[in-house]
Amino acid sequence: MLAKRIIPCLDVKDGRVVKGVNFVNLRDAGDPVEVAAAYEKEGADELTFLDITASHEKRDIILDIVARTAEKVFMPLTVGGGVRNLDDIRNLLNAGADKVGINTAAVHNPEFVRNAAEKFGNQCIVVAVDAKRVESTKKPTDYELAWRDKHSDLFLTGNESEPSFEVFTHGGRNPTGIHAVRWAQLMETYGAGEILLTSMDCDGTKSGYDLELNCSISESLSIPLIASGGAGTLDHLFEGIVKGKADAVLAASIFHFKEFTIGETKRYLKSKGIPVRI
Amino acid sequence: MIAVIDYGMGNLRSVQKALEVVGADAVVTHDPETILKADSIVLPGVGAFKDCMTNLEKLKLVDPIRKFIDSGKPFLGICLGFQVLFDESEEYGPVAGLGILPGKVVKFPEGISETENGPRMKIPHMGWNQIEVKKKDPLFENFDVAPYFYFVHSYYVVPKDQEVVATVTNYGFEFVSGVQHKNIYAFQFHPEKSQTLGLSLLERFSRLN
Repeated sequence: MLAKRIIPCLDVKDGRVVKGVNFVNLRDAGDPVEVAAAYEKEGADELTFLDITASHEKRDIILDIVARTAEKVFMPLTVGGGVRNLDDIRNLLNAGADKVGINTAAVHNPEFVRNAAEKFGNQCIVVAVDAKRVESTKKPTDYELAWRDKHSDLFLTGNESEPSFEVFTHGGRNPTGIHAVRWAQLMETYGAGEILLTSMDCDGTKSGYDLELNCSISESLSIPLIASGGAGTLDHLFEGIVKGKADAVLAASIFHFKEFTIGETKRYLKSKGIPVRI
Repeated sequence: MIAVIDYGMGNLRSVQKALEVVGADAVVTHDPETILKADSIVLPGVGAFKDCMTNLEKLKLVDPIRKFIDSGKPFLGICLGFQVLFDESEEYGPVAGLGILPGKVVKFPEGISETENGPRMKIPHMGWNQIEVKKKDPLFENFDVAPYFYFVHSYYVVPKDQEVVATVTNYGFEFVSGVQHKNIYAFQFHPEKSQTLGLSLLERFSRLN
């Protein structure tokens, strides 16, 4: 039986693992290669590096980290953050990444996802979606004005009867007006191999994943969904899988600050009937 | 020396690193002479079947691979390198494969569930799944407790000849996740991404001869 995946996420800034709340107040959490090797020992199912280094000129730092990690760690490695063009993808794959996460660049130009999937295969294209609950009607974004003809049904109207979620870019700073569920579906048709979904409302709060958001997107997709943002307890991971319908759960702080080991996490999930690899 | 065949697809570095970690001497190459001189070869690969065949043909690697397999020296196919051994694939096709083993490659059916009313199985089949060993072989010794390996694929192999089936895996139904025939070993899963067990499989392969 296919196991549910437990994925520690390492936010990497200027070559160090960092962790903050809602992308601010960053704390140092160690050397990425060492942290990755420790997770390998603990039995993590995959690793994700999210490069939050602001400057594109410092790309070489993450490539070096990926290359050194790939020499030590023999599990799938996803790298996201600042992936803007096909060369960025090729460089990461050549350095030893198995998958790349595309976020802002996908929203800027959805065709980029299609081109990347055709060139490198769907299996290595992870579209990262940062979503936030919609609070009130708002004015149209630039994307809406530019894409009105091509993707008319992709945008939130502000009159949705059910709770709705909006896609944000640039690490959660910029609203797009895009309906998160429809966006994820579009990305699947464009060739995404899986969706990494982060709730901007829950990220860093340790109050649990946004189950409604995860469930509505997972059920609307044929490709796997990775839940992210908000895990603070082992029960949150359990709920993310059972109620959020996630195929994999991603967490950062609960693992980095040694609140729980991967082993403890898996034993807990197994005791609750979740198929995990132990 | 183990030749890891480079035809421009997939994470060859990780296959090479994994072989090196288990003490094998691995080179990444698309040079036919190096391939034919190797003690064993690994044909890795991720991506689309068609691109794989196109690249193998473009780099004139089809004949060297056939010759190598005919020589009786150990061959390991991983993922696409497993699928292309068969006659043809439905992926963007039908597309003809190497036809070294009879059988075809087909897509996972949409909307199947593991249990009645259970959630739909996602495609690609991505993540850690168990293998059940169907064939006694030194490569699989001590793999008797349904070990987990890492998979990522949307198509699976249906061999014509059941005798080649070495491992099976359940994803809503049972599919063939590994074959062994004479000197050919080939797996749908990725040993180079499957931590300790994957490395031990590669180590055992590297010691065949």
